[in-house]
Amino acid sequence: MRNKKKITRILLTVITVTLFLVTLFPFFIVLINSAKSSLEIITDPIALPRQWSQLFSNIEEIWTSPSIRYASSVYTSSIITILSLIAISVFSAMAAWVLVRRKTKMSTFIFLLFISGLIIPFQVVMFPLVALFRTINQTVGLQMLRTYHGMIFAYVGFGAPLAVFMFHGFIKSIPLELEEAALIDGCSKTQIFFLIVMPILKPIFVTISILNAIWIWNDFLLPSLILGVGQDIQTIPLAIAAFAGSFVKKWDLIMTAVLMAAAPIIVGFILGQKHIIKGMVSGSIK
Amino acid sequence: MNRHVKDKLVFWLFLAPALISFLVVVIIPFFMGLFYSMTDWTAVAGLKANWVGLENYKAMFSSVAFKYSFMRTFLFTLLSVLSINFVALTFAFLVTREIRFKNFYRAGFFIPNLIGGLVLGYIWQFIFKSVVPAIGSLLGINFLEELLLLADPNLTLFGLILAFTWQYAGYIMMIYVAALLNVPQELLEASEIDGANFWQKLWNITVPMIAQAFTITSFLTLVNSFKQYDIIVALTSGGPTAIYQGQTVNSTELLAVHIYNVAFKYNNMAEGQARAIVFFLVLSVVSIGQVYYSKKREVEM
Repeated sequence: MRNKKKITRILLTVITVTLFLVTLFPFFIVLINSAKSSLEIITDPIALPRQWSQLFSNIEEIWTSPSIRYASSVYTSSIITILSLIAISVFSAMAAWVLVRRKTKMSTFIFLLFISGLIIPFQVVMFPLVALFRTINQTVGLQMLRTYHGMIFAYVGFGAPLAVFMFHGFIKSIPLELEEAALIDGCSKTQIFFLIVMPILKPIFVTISILNAIWIWNDFLLPSLILGVGQDIQTIPLAIAAFAGSFVKKWDLIMTAVLMAAAPIIVGFILGQKHIIKGMVSGSIK
Repeated sequence: MNRHVKDKLVFWLFLAPALISFLVVVIIPFFMGLFYSMTDWTAVAGLKANWVGLENYKAMFSSVAFKYSFMRTFLFTLLSVLSINFVALTFAFLVTREIRFKNFYRAGFFIPNLIGGLVLGYIWQFIFKSVVPAIGSLLGINFLEELLLLADPNLTLFGLILAFTWQYAGYIMMIYVAALLNVPQELLEASEIDGANFWQKLWNITVPMIAQAFTITSFLTLVNSFKQYDIIVALTSGGPTAIYQGQTVNSTELLAVHIYNVAFKYNNMAEGQARAIVFFLVLSVVSIGQVYYSKKREVEM
């Protein structure tokens, strides 16, 4: 009996390790091919690179490439992701809180409106959205397309439904007594929210931020419409698309670009692994 | 200011940032889209959109390319849902068993999910084009050496499914892992003493206990397969071409890509918008139907 258990365990380990290696195989391919010259990658795409030092000259080429503008793209992606995350979380928490605490027909209606946003796919609103942003520019004079604020504004709009929904569910479970006590102590509504409610919402903030960070960092279609491929402000996916589009056959450099695009988020994941996995799962179960 | 008015003011002030951006970005464009789908809208500045009624919808139903794209999207969605859930469930079973370093493997299976569809598409394009034939010639397998997955309209869809499964199975695995860890261990041990074998335990205890997770995972995989865009753009950009009902069609131009192409490539915004509306309706019906059916199954189990 014990022997049988042991054999099962060894068998399971072998299967797991095999699947693990298969899963990571594409990363291995990217890594070894980032360190090859354009000739080497054609003659032998699965051999180890002859000289790993080639990796550095490839990285240098991507770093200085005028179409990918690596440093500036990472900067743009970071700014857009971080500001959108903060804006989505704070604004949605504020909205969810007043929607829970003020029970009127109006608040129920607005909540349902947010929920309806969960089932509207991006494809239905993308063309009119671009037209509307252009109209805003022509009538009010506020430039929305090809700007940071336009991009972040769009992310708040698309991110709000899920965030409001999740905050709403959580805030309902917070006892009202806490807020009433603060009110008697002379706190204003604004103070109550930022000093008492917000700290309680921390676990939901973490979940929402992780889900949104992966979405926004990797998003392609929305920024391609709002910012445009090959324009001044470009995120990493836009830069990769512009680069791979102009050099269809230069696989050595495309692989290096892919490696450099994936590196920041993989490093981030490894650093915050524990919180990320916990946060993502608790988010999806709710 | 009396308290009532002040409360109302706080309500609207707190609501304003999220609500205004949501209205401007989603709700208003949604109704604009409904209207535009019944006009000859071109998005060229200065041109007024004229009312054409249901013309765009009629054009859509008589379009062979749309019919083909629709069928391919359903096929892709069905196969992706099966493939992703099968792989995810296998991963989840393995990493919840008594093996060492299971958190390490769990993280490894999850990592592809961090890679965006666009970047991922380029990785797999390289694998299918260069790596697979190279492995074939290394091992002396002629079939692999000559396999041009991205050039064969019958096979390319499977390449897409493989790439998508690689990306998404790790995330779905996490949901199954959370559910599996909630299955009471005593129940499994008790049934083992009663002589239940592996399959009996699986079918009679584990599966009913994780029924709720199935509702979530099938919903997520269904909706995300149906809306797939990024991977296609980078991996196949819709090709290769095939022949359907005597017309040339793009074999992996699934609906999300098709809508975009009709609007921008063929410069027909209004027709693209009409197809997007139908896309929305079909997705809503299918996903709501799926959740309703799964919820019912949950109760029965």
